[in-house]
Amino acid sequence: MHDSMTGPCAAGHPLVHIAGLGKTYAGADGLPVQALDGIDLSIGRGQFTCVVGPSGCGKSTLLRILAGVMPAGSGTIEIAGRRLDGPSRDVGVVFQSPVLLPWRNILSNVMVPAEVQKLPADDARARARDLLDMVGLSDFAHRYPGELSGGMQQRVGLCRALVHNPSLLLMDEPFGALDAMTRETMNLELLRIWHEKDATVLLITHSIPEAVFLADQVVVMAARPGRIVANYPIDLPRPRRLDMFSTPAFGAHVRRIRSHFNSRGEID
Amino acid sequence: MATPRALTAVFSSPRALSPVVLLVLLAAWEGAVRALHVPAIVLPAPSAVVQALWLEIRSGTLWPHFLVTCEEILAGFGIGAIVGIGLGVLIGQSRFLEQVFYPYLVAAQTIPKVAIAPILVIWLGYGLSSKIVITATIAFFPALSNTIVGLQATPREQMEMLRACTATQWQIFCMARFPQALPYIFAGLDVAAVLSVIGAIVGEFVGARAGLGYLILQMNFSFDMAGVFSILLVLCLIGICLHLAVGLVRRRVLFWTAGQADPLPGL
Repeated sequence: MHDSMTGPCAAGHPLVHIAGLGKTYAGADGLPVQALDGIDLSIGRGQFTCVVGPSGCGKSTLLRILAGVMPAGSGTIEIAGRRLDGPSRDVGVVFQSPVLLPWRNILSNVMVPAEVQKLPADDARARARDLLDMVGLSDFAHRYPGELSGGMQQRVGLCRALVHNPSLLLMDEPFGALDAMTRETMNLELLRIWHEKDATVLLITHSIPEAVFLADQVVVMAARPGRIVANYPIDLPRPRRLDMFSTPAFGAHVRRIRSHFNSRGEID
Repeated sequence: MATPRALTAVFSSPRALSPVVLLVLLAAWEGAVRALHVPAIVLPAPSAVVQALWLEIRSGTLWPHFLVTCEEILAGFGIGAIVGIGLGVLIGQSRFLEQVFYPYLVAAQTIPKVAIAPILVIWLGYGLSSKIVITATIAFFPALSNTIVGLQATPREQMEMLRACTATQWQIFCMARFPQALPYIFAGLDVAAVLSVIGAIVGEFVGARAGLGYLILQMNFSFDMAGVFSILLVLCLIGICLHLAVGLVRRRVLFWTAGQADPLPGL
């Protein structure tokens, strides 16, 4: 179970293995910008990994490369032992904004990956309904995105990312646009779903406490060039509860990670 | 008599005030023509126009011409819209194709349709087909250009979301780009519908044996000004009906944009 897992090496065969990943692209002035340099990262099966770092440290680039929507520059990425060379059926992505299609109802939005991958419609619909049920939106299956609040829409986005049963879930600051209260609820819900689905999660966030609360390992990235500067295993017991925010162990983790950032929120 | 409160209500609501303005203008027109003894050959009074229209309807002279022009408008609009949307979908597939073909389409569009109408009449004869083609060439361009613009309007996030779940280009087109383009396409169709009326009349002016444009010319030759104005009124009503019909279909199809502004309100 997740509770026994404590670090990047907990699983025998990592689900995700990134070695020497680099990415350079032309900046606005035509000069090359090194977005990522020498990224090495392993994510064990069933593990929850959070990436924190200042703006422009390449954490979104890393996620978009893993999602297969941006080509890698150099290095290798393996997911479940297979070399990544584009979008994968085995990956689900939750974006910063919900990105729902306004002309499809909620159920039909959740079904999008299943339709794209031509999965059996009845199974997929049943799974979509289960997922909506799990996030408490079963009553909204036939409503349209415009009728839902931002938090509800983001939950639909989460269901959509899970409907094709991916083994890896990528999340790019999924709750960044939500208010603090909704965000806490969503984090608890995410942990519950992660536990239930036995998924492997890579989540990008700006918030160090959020990363510590969610993760088995917290990866700290720095900018120019985008690189990993530290990787902390988080051994807080599972299931995590909101009152853990005030425990000394929690505070120690947050302080250790925060020590990488200077007063401007950047890494020296 | 209307109470002051009812008057205030009329003057503060554009929907109520708009017909009042029309009535006031018509009354002023009628009054001016009568008071100044304007000859009917120069400017007929609204009452004379309505009377002329009534006579044309009762005598049955209007109906066959009305049908011919409606057929030209609807067929021309339909062909122009289908070809415009179809070609727009092909060209809108990529910026590359757009940059190759679009300049020539714009160049072709700058040729006044009135100027090519005589050629089309020579090629296709005095019958329906020349008017339908002229109407189609006018209706075609707004459908085409709005389809191209609309297909480029899909947010990057939607494309990435679909690509991330392994969608093909065709799936992205069907699931996001085309529905996303629909508000633009309908705005184009609205313009095309109203322009279609012009197309049919231009075609009939150049050479025809029937139709409302033909009728206008005949009445003009016999100095029947009230008759000419009554046909203008009919043309106006056709245009309004087409606009309303496009709006009705638009609201049915684009149910999710209820309450949102038209993407290209100026067109």
